[in-house]
Amino acid sequence: MWQQKQFDCIVVGGGPAGTTFAQVASRGGLSVLVLEKDRDIGMPVRCGEAISDKGLRYFHDPDPRWIQSTIDRIKLTAPNETEVEFDLNDIGYILDRRIFDYDLAHMAAQEGAIVVTKAYVNGLIIDNDMVCGVKGNYLNSPFEVRAKFVIGADGVESRVGRWGGLRTQVKLKDMESGIQKTISGIEVQSNKFEFYLSRKWAPGGYLWVFPKGNNSANVGLGISGYYAKEGKSAQKFLDEFLQWKYPECSVLTTVAGGVPVDKTLKCMVADGLMLVGDAAHTVNPMTGGGISSGMMSGMAAAETAIELSHNKKEPTRANLNSYEKKWTKLRGKKHEKYYRIKEAIFKFDDDDLNRIADGIAAVKEEDRSLLKLFSIAVAKKPSLLIDVVRLFTGL
Amino acid sequence: MIQIEGNKCDFCGCCVGVCPVDCIEVMESNIEIDDEICIDCDLCVFICPIDVLSNVATEAV
Repeated sequence: MWQQKQFDCIVVGGGPAGTTFAQVASRGGLSVLVLEKDRDIGMPVRCGEAISDKGLRYFHDPDPRWIQSTIDRIKLTAPNETEVEFDLNDIGYILDRRIFDYDLAHMAAQEGAIVVTKAYVNGLIIDNDMVCGVKGNYLNSPFEVRAKFVIGADGVESRVGRWGGLRTQVKLKDMESGIQKTISGIEVQSNKFEFYLSRKWAPGGYLWVFPKGNNSANVGLGISGYYAKEGKSAQKFLDEFLQWKYPECSVLTTVAGGVPVDKTLKCMVADGLMLVGDAAHTVNPMTGGGISSGMMSGMAAAETAIELSHNKKEPTRANLNSYEKKWTKLRGKKHEKYYRIKEAIFKFDDDDLNRIADGIAAVKEEDRSLLKLFSIAVAKKPSLLIDVVRLFTGL
Repeated sequence: MIQIEGNKCDFCGCCVGVCPVDCIEVMESNIEIDDEICIDCDLCVFICPIDVLSNVATEAV
């Protein structure tokens, strides 16, 4: 039984970041244990399920069973209901994460990892300041398992990191309070991402309608904690929208969830410990998308674990720094830029958004080059220019 | 003191992510808050997407 064994790596959390770590590390010859607290891998789905073709293909050829719809167009709706549409350069998908996550765990198992569900981790084993295992509960029996590397892939909660001394708490304004309903019986085009931008629909965030085919969609929103503080919850915002837009819809699933839209943690590692995915704040802070970036962090962490093991190096904080370096190069640097864009957009009020949308809508779609759109946005809101300059100069 | 409407909770863990003192524990279908550690900062109350949490003291004032 796994409870009696020692492993090279223990991964806490069976989402895409954790199981990608497990797959890569197992293939590299390490023994890996994945502990998931819930009953099922892939459920409940706390996610809009959108991913770009590029992001997915970085790891796997898209399996038709994972894809609920293929997206090649975006529709943005401004507060005054002006609609702006354009084609996507890179196509995207709405995944079925129940199947996708399950398959990722299966692939990890095929490489030799052991995946256990209903295994709740409630603490770390720390010897001489070095994390060297986890404690928890499995079917009412306590367990302690040791490993050379512990991987915190425990999502938005990120308690593993805290126990290891890392500052993983998300600032209120950088947490999106999210809710999503999967609804059916509605008219929705199956090739479009739809976004609604307004403080009345989703202050400090956005509302999304992601089609899942067969007249169904994920309809959800995130509001910044900054606005959630005012007392109106994400749920109330969504209920109002659905009442207005889809009053007759059936609701097949409702899920709540938090999305950390932050820069990546300054410190993703401690002695014996690496954090990946939402736990390390690897979500793209501008879009709130985190599937492929989470997987990328899992892969980078696994490569570091393999290198250190092969070179017989200890998993000290200094040695694990190679994971942080890989991540910064892969996405971390970009995410700092996206964070600054988010901060700039955050300041737009509904009048700004209306003016920009009306300006863009007046230009024929074939004439909408990025530069043209940018000059419209700046003409409509001159202070945007200052924000953009800040963005690129890093001030 | 933070009060939990237990049967409303979706166990998403959003509150755990913002808690500055790590006093909230969310399991698959159970949530507990350690009142001894809680500092009544109310961040969990603000961030909860579905109004599960409330602060008894704040509401009484």
